[in-house]
Amino acid sequence: MTTVETFPTLAEAARAMGSGAAFFGGGTVLMRDVNAGDGPQRLVRSADPALTEIRAQGETVRLGAGVTMARILAERDLAFLHPVARQIGGPQVRNMGTLGGNLFAPHPYGDFAVALIALGARAVLAGQGGARPVEELMRERARPPLVAAIEIPRPRSGREFGFLKVSRVKPKGVSVLSVAAFLPAEGGRIRGARVAWGAMGPAPMRGQGAERALEGGELDAATIARAAAQAAEGLDPPTDALASAWYRKEVAGVHLRRLLERMERG
Amino acid sequence: MAKKPVTFTLNGRESAAFAEEGQNLLDFLRRSVGDLSPKYGCGQGGCGACTVLIDGEPHLSCLTLAEAAAGRKVETASGLATGPVLHRLQEAFMERFAAQCGFCTPGMLVSAKALLDCNPRPTRDEIVEALSGNLCRCTGYEPIIEAVLDAAGERARA
Ligand SMILES: Cc1cc2nc3c(=O)[nH]c(=O)nc-3n(C[C@H](O)[C@H](O)[C@H](O)COP(=O)(O)OP(=O)(O)OC[C@H]3O[C@@H](n4cnc5c(N)ncnc54)[C@H](O)[C@@H]3O)c2cc1C
Ligand code: FES
Ligand code: FES
Repeated sequence: MTTVETFPTLAEAARAMGSGAAFFGGGTVLMRDVNAGDGPQRLVRSADPALTEIRAQGETVRLGAGVTMARILAERDLAFLHPVARQIGGPQVRNMGTLGGNLFAPHPYGDFAVALIALGARAVLAGQGGARPVEELMRERARPPLVAAIEIPRPRSGREFGFLKVSRVKPKGVSVLSVAAFLPAEGGRIRGARVAWGAMGPAPMRGQGAERALEGGELDAATIARAAAQAAEGLDPPTDALASAWYRKEVAGVHLRRLLERMERG
Repeated sequence: MAKKPVTFTLNGRESAAFAEEGQNLLDFLRRSVGDLSPKYGCGQGGCGACTVLIDGEPHLSCLTLAEAAAGRKVETASGLATGPVLHRLQEAFMERFAAQCGFCTPGMLVSAKALLDCNPRPTRDEIVEALSGNLCRCTGYEPIIEAVLDAAGERARA
């Protein structure tokens, strides 16, 4: 039996979390369990306007955790995130599914989280000062802390950031894998390469093999070949109905190469 | 078990009913309100047969909490016709034989309506995208896409 509690502010919702409670975002993951009679004991909701706030200007974009994929697609200033949001589910799921929920959606979901990890985004937790790297929260998926907002550094150019999702059913299949790369350059050399993978481990994760191959190099054919060759290093993909672990590791390099070549072309 | 009163607008009319704890909007509409047009296909978000419009946007009613509809405008396929006069999408679906068993049809119709409401002259690609969250297991998608193109009155662009 699932009960639902709605609070006017996030602070009150945060205090109400605790044993048997899950925070309710768009519900596209949680309601499936509720419908199957297998939901959490308590669903905690909040009508706090901060949850749906969008600050799209400036070097760091700030999005409330309750912002949906459709709202992101409706903001012209968030164009760098559109290729990611567009690939999450169908229109209904994009109207419902939130940023906060995507962080903790189980495999093979979490495509937006992949992009956020590559971009070095940080999560503002309800009732706590400061912000923590989204990447860190991936280790706390069993008991997620209540996320109020996400701060996302805006790439300086379209070439700096790329995202690719591979699915079998077009246009709205779930991920065989997804991969995102953030490659800021100084004087033509990549400095601070970040690559993140989805569906390649228990949760979205960094791709250290590819990052090492890219760091300090120029985004050219030789660097791309090296990154592709090291793509699967450290990844631990699951086997599921979509693909085996072996297949996912085999094709990781192929898809990373395609992404990087697209970024190279600009 | 606590029941929660939910007041909302259904197809332009004020409605109210009691929602059970954790009840989804699909079950609420069908059992508590008596609108049988949204269909239960999977209860898992996969099929789109339960699609309704909330404040004009397609949502999966099976994954929506009934109580979250409070104060919102809900539209279902049963609100499309005006008395005996069918909506132009319904006419086009008939003309094009875009329904076979008809189970997906109410969801298809409201997804298509949401598209035409904000984009009256969609391209074929835009229609495919707008219907991508709605599965049909028997008619096939072509007649459905053709019907939406017809209703939009813009076959030339296909
Ligand atoms: C048909 C279908 C297709 C889908 N396709 C995709 C896809 O292509 N890619 C993809 O990534 N996902 C996909 N999903 C999964 C899901 O819809 C998305 O991941 C969505 O972003 C989840 O957000 P939500 O708000 O609906 O999550 P919810 O169901 O509300 O929550 C999911 C989890 O996150 C927690 N949570 C929610 N908000 C917060 C918060 N603010 N702070 C802390 N914890 C929180 C919840 O407690 C729960 O554990 C799909 C789902 C369906 C039904
Ligand atoms: S019944 Fe809601 S998506 Fe299938
Ligand atoms: S007409 Fe039978 S599922 Fe579409």
